[in-house]
Order: sequence, then C-alpha cells, then structure tokens
Amino acid sequence: MATSSTKSAFWRGFRDGAPFIFAATPFGLVFGVMATEAGLSLAEAMSMTVLVIAGASQFAALSQMQDNAPVVVVILAALAVNLRMAMYSASLSVHLHSAPLWQRAVAAYILVDNSYAVGVSRFERTPTMPIDQKMAYYIGCAVPVWVFWYIASYVGALVGQSIPAGFALDFIVPLAFIAIVAPMIRTLPHLGAAVTSIVAALGLSFVPYSLGLLIAAGAAMIVGSEMERRLASSAS
Amino acid sequence: MNYTTTEIWVIIIALGIGTYLIRFSFLGPLARMPMPPWAIRLLRYTPVAVIPGLVAPLVLWPVATDGQPDAARLIAAATALALGHFTKNVILAVLGGGAMLFLMLRLIGQA
Repeated sequence: MATSSTKSAFWRGFRDGAPFIFAATPFGLVFGVMATEAGLSLAEAMSMTVLVIAGASQFAALSQMQDNAPVVVVILAALAVNLRMAMYSASLSVHLHSAPLWQRAVAAYILVDNSYAVGVSRFERTPTMPIDQKMAYYIGCAVPVWVFWYIASYVGALVGQSIPAGFALDFIVPLAFIAIVAPMIRTLPHLGAAVTSIVAALGLSFVPYSLGLLIAAGAAMIVGSEMERRLASSAS
Repeated sequence: MNYTTTEIWVIIIALGIGTYLIRFSFLGPLARMPMPPWAIRLLRYTPVAVIPGLVAPLVLWPVATDGQPDAARLIAAATALALGHFTKNVILAVLGGGAMLFLMLRLIGQA
C-alpha cells in the first residue's frame, strides 16, 4: 500500500534526522539569548528564526547589527552565508524534481545543512526510491531539527530577556561563530579560504559601509575553489 | 545596536525572502538547469569564506573595550577555536571559551 510505505519513509527519515536535535538545540538557545541581548524584541527574534531558519546567517545578521552596519550590508553579509544553499538546492533537485511544485516549495523552506546531508546521502544509496517516499523521507528528516529550532530559539529569547543588559555577553557572538566554523575547516582549501577571509577582512576594515567583508568573502571563495581545483589536478 | 523598528523588520523580512529564494532556486524555477561545476566548487566555500572575516575584527577589536585588543578575549577565542577544532562540539567550544574569558577577566582584569 502506497500510503503506508510513504508513512514509513517519513518515520525512517525522522529517525535519521533526530540526532541532529542535539546540534540544533544549543544553537537555537544561543541565538535566542543573543538576539534579545542585542536588543531585538521577542517578536523580532522569533520572526527571524521562523522566516530564516539558518543559524549561521542569523548570527551573521546579529553581529553586523551590533556593529551598526548599514541595513543593506547586514542583509548581504547574512545572505552570503546562505549562498551554499543554492548548491544544496541544485543537488537535491536531482532527486526531487519530479515531485509537485508545492511539495518542492515546502522542501525548500526546510532545506538546512542537516536535512540536505541526511537526505542526499539516503537518495544516493537508494536512487530507486519512489518520489513520494523520497519526499516523505526528506520531510521526516527535517522535522525534528525544524521544530526544535523554533522551541530552542523561543526558550533562549525568554532567558535572554531575563538576563540584565550588558552582562558581559558581548563576546558570546564571536565565540559562537568560532565554534561553528572551527569544525568546518577540514581540508587545505578550507583553511586557505578561512585565512584569506581573515587577512582580507582585517586589511580592508577601512573600506566604508563594512563592504570590506563582502570583498574579503568573495576573494576567499575564489582562493578556496582555486586551491581545490589545483590540488585535484595535481593529484590526477 | 542603533536601528529603527522599521529597519529591523526590513532586515528580517529581506533576509527571510532572500534565504528562501536561494533555497528554492534549483528546486523550483531553475529545476531544469544544471549548475556548472565551477559554481558548485565556489559555493562550497561560502561559510568558511564569510564567517572568519566576520569574526576576526570582533575578536581583535572587541566592542566592549572600544576596539582595543584585549588579552582575555584573545585567549578565550583561541580556546573556543581549539575546542571546536579538536572536539567538533559546538556547545563545548562556546562554554569553554566563555569560561576562559570569565577566568581571564578575573586574572588579568578588563583592558
């Protein structure tokens, strides 16, 4: 029966996605605390969480806002962090393109690092899975993190409101960022991109409107991808 | 932070719409368009290209010390980096860095 196997695909996805709750919950808590400490209201903090559901870019927006960067720069810097999702979108599309448009529209909303990673690795192992089961599996693996992300941000925002302003939490933003990015530096090209980003951002800090960061990020992306290309061609 | 309520909402909504369009791109309107390998390679590096540049000035020139480099914060940042790199545990890295900052501010005092 099609419906029961769709249902079981959903729950299989749910089980595979559940462990990521432990990764998402602390992030959500820290975001909630930080957002209210930075001066966002509960409604503003929660709207950002619900509309964006992308931790790193929400942190990016907050830290640029604490720096009083121009509105356009805040938006561009935070969106730049999310550009990698275009790549996720393209690689998921290979497996999900035959699903109805509205289902793909929902799939896009809950596309985050872990739903992408869990989903794609399953579809690559079992490419013959029928499309309705693929979609059910994908939604299932995204749901635990999705729900806990909302709850954790909400709890964090409530906690943040009860902490007196200026309780030396200023440095939690950089610490959270360092904690996010440190495990991402797995290869030499990643290291090259990170170092380029740091050196260029510090060197270009005189550039007005915080545009130095965007230039540094562009340069770092080129350095990372060039290093990867050259390492690959020298290896073959 | 020094924004009007309108500006804050503009940031939240623009970020929400922009992020959704990035996610929907190849699942929706561009579904039939293959992404060239160079673009995939470039996009792979966006987080490590943006975040370090974002965080470096915050570490080197902290807001709390009016931009004066501060030993306690540098040591705390190094602690979070080492914990994050070796344990891959985000919450441990944040807490460890925070504890180190607390300790260092007591030992060396505020810059």
